Amino acid sequence: MTVSSKTEQGSAAPVLEVRDLQTTFDLSLKQSVRAVDGVSFDVNAGETLAIVGESGSGKSVTSLSIMRLLPKDVGRISAGSIKLMGREITRVSDAEMRDIRGRDIGMIFQEPMTSLNPVHTVGQQIAEMVMRHRSVGKSKARARAIEMLDLVGIPEPKRRVDNYPHEMSGGMRQRAMIAMALACEPRILIADEPTTALDVTIQAQMLELMKDLQDKLGMAIIFITHDLGVVAEMADRVVVMYAAQVVETAGVDEIFRNPKMPYTAGLMNSIPRLGASVNKKRLEAIPGIVPTLTALPSGCRFHPRCGFATEACSATAPSLEDAGAGHMIRCLRWRELSLADHARETA
Amino acid sequence: MSPLVEIDRLSKFFPIKGGILQRVVNTVKAVSDVSFDIRAGEVVGLVGESGSGKTTVGRTILRLAPATSGAVRFDGVDVMGLDATTMRRYRKRMQIIFQDPYASLNPREKVRQVLTHPMRLHNIGAPTEHEDRALSLLEKVGMSRDQLDRYPHEFSGGQRQRIGIARALAVQPDFIVADEPVSALDVSIQAQVINLLEDLKNDLDLTMLFIAHDLSVVEHICDRVVVMYLGRIMEIASAADLYARANHPYTKALLSAVPIPEPSRRRSRTVLKGDIPSPIDPPSGCVFRTRCPMATAECAKVVPELRPVGDGHFSACIHTT
Repeated sequence: MTVSSKTEQGSAAPVLEVRDLQTTFDLSLKQSVRAVDGVSFDVNAGETLAIVGESGSGKSVTSLSIMRLLPKDVGRISAGSIKLMGREITRVSDAEMRDIRGRDIGMIFQEPMTSLNPVHTVGQQIAEMVMRHRSVGKSKARARAIEMLDLVGIPEPKRRVDNYPHEMSGGMRQRAMIAMALACEPRILIADEPTTALDVTIQAQMLELMKDLQDKLGMAIIFITHDLGVVAEMADRVVVMYAAQVVETAGVDEIFRNPKMPYTAGLMNSIPRLGASVNKKRLEAIPGIVPTLTALPSGCRFHPRCGFATEACSATAPSLEDAGAGHMIRCLRWRELSLADHARETA
Repeated sequence: MSPLVEIDRLSKFFPIKGGILQRVVNTVKAVSDVSFDIRAGEVVGLVGESGSGKTTVGRTILRLAPATSGAVRFDGVDVMGLDATTMRRYRKRMQIIFQDPYASLNPREKVRQVLTHPMRLHNIGAPTEHEDRALSLLEKVGMSRDQLDRYPHEFSGGQRQRIGIARALAVQPDFIVADEPVSALDVSIQAQVINLLEDLKNDLDLTMLFIAHDLSVVEHICDRVVVMYLGRIMEIASAADLYARANHPYTKALLSAVPIPEPSRRRSRTVLKGDIPSPIDPPSGCVFRTRCPMATAECAKVVPELRPVGDGHFSACIHTT
């Protein structure tokens, strides 16, 4: 099943189409786990898709699979298809994939210090990207680096271009990393928890910057995060993952107003909200722990933690069902449950 | 009612040594002139971004790091000047819960040892009672009795944090410093631990200093909140007042920067420009002035004092009323 997009039908094909993606990790000769189990979604030009989940949900492995950066000999795409601008990339050679990364897919990660090379200046690192993908000379690449540093709001870009990463503050490094990711104007930017390690005032700067750059450059963004506040702020559409599967997906307004999968609703009720101190309420915690992939529950993977689970939920694994208007739900009982009312009562 | 803990003009500077003689070439002013009270039964939140000095305040109060100057009075006694033997008696009354549930438990100790060691060290009850006490602690933090003989690696992050909480409670302390106790946990597990801390606070009448960077969590769990920036206190207020009537421009910016989990409330916000300055060479006068939208020349000249701006509400800004 596919996730339809909110944009008008008949328009250009999605930038990225992921279908029934399955990523397998071999733990030993005998044991392997599916870290991503049948994940499908589309991302359209200029759109931000948020993938939300807790640790072990498979959100980061999904992005590593798309970038083909799975740890060698351990992780592999075992089934499914990933099409980038119509081109199947699960089976292209490593060399071709190196051309695609950086040029068509930009990436930013959580920790800028580990993603930038400490022994090269920021300018060299951006210029290297540009020269590799655009066959331009050194001086043009350097000019592009300065232009990009300026675009991401680094003051005095002509001077900063010769800085080493350690000479920059955390926020500035994050900006430099975004400049590097976008230097070749990729069609899609994959941002894996890009603001998680940042302070909230710096996070606010980064979120503004990413929105601003998306307006200017029109790229699609896959934003991977565990923070529902950031999702509400950034996303057009949301994919919620739990235990390697997509459990719900919908437009951002719909999923916050009308969550239909108990896990999604549970997440929303379990976060403390700013300004709630007037009438303090107890948080509605989801009981239990996130299951490990080696010991997945039978039936619905969420049923041991679900307040609405019945006998059937432990026996039958629900499929992702279409509730219309691009809202997809993996729950046997979604038709009979009214979680939105429940959420409103407790909010 | 007199406060249980009084922090009085506490400062903590870390020397930076350099050169061949390893002379002190500079100092990191991690905490400067911090004063606030914690009343018995109260949960005080300490919020700030990285470099604000919030963790250093917590550690200095417990004397895990010596203070450079100032006093911390616990039940009226300045614990900064106590000798090691006397300090041990006070240690029993003050405990800490750490941020990282993976790093703060000894991987070679079973839960049994984790919980009974502190009882033995501080002579809590008869040794024969220790196992029973450990079992009831486990239950208190929502774990089962059969988990007593397991090792930390057998538990998830949330469960480990519960063990860390049980360990802090093992010596029946009067006061607990919780340093970012839920920051490392998954969203669905955070709520469990927050609820647990609230229950314990109510059941055991705990007094707590709750250190965190997440304002929503702090508002939820704390009675009063102290906002720090670059080693200094910017504002002190009740949780409700802080969110409804923030006074200091930094607090306002901090609140405005928090992403709200409601897409319909996407806001235009005051985005602070620039980075947090280095605590090695903090700005003169008001430390926040380099990023403050209200800053004037005056702000560079004087360090603003905390002034009352409402009932139990203090703010360190010369421009607000």
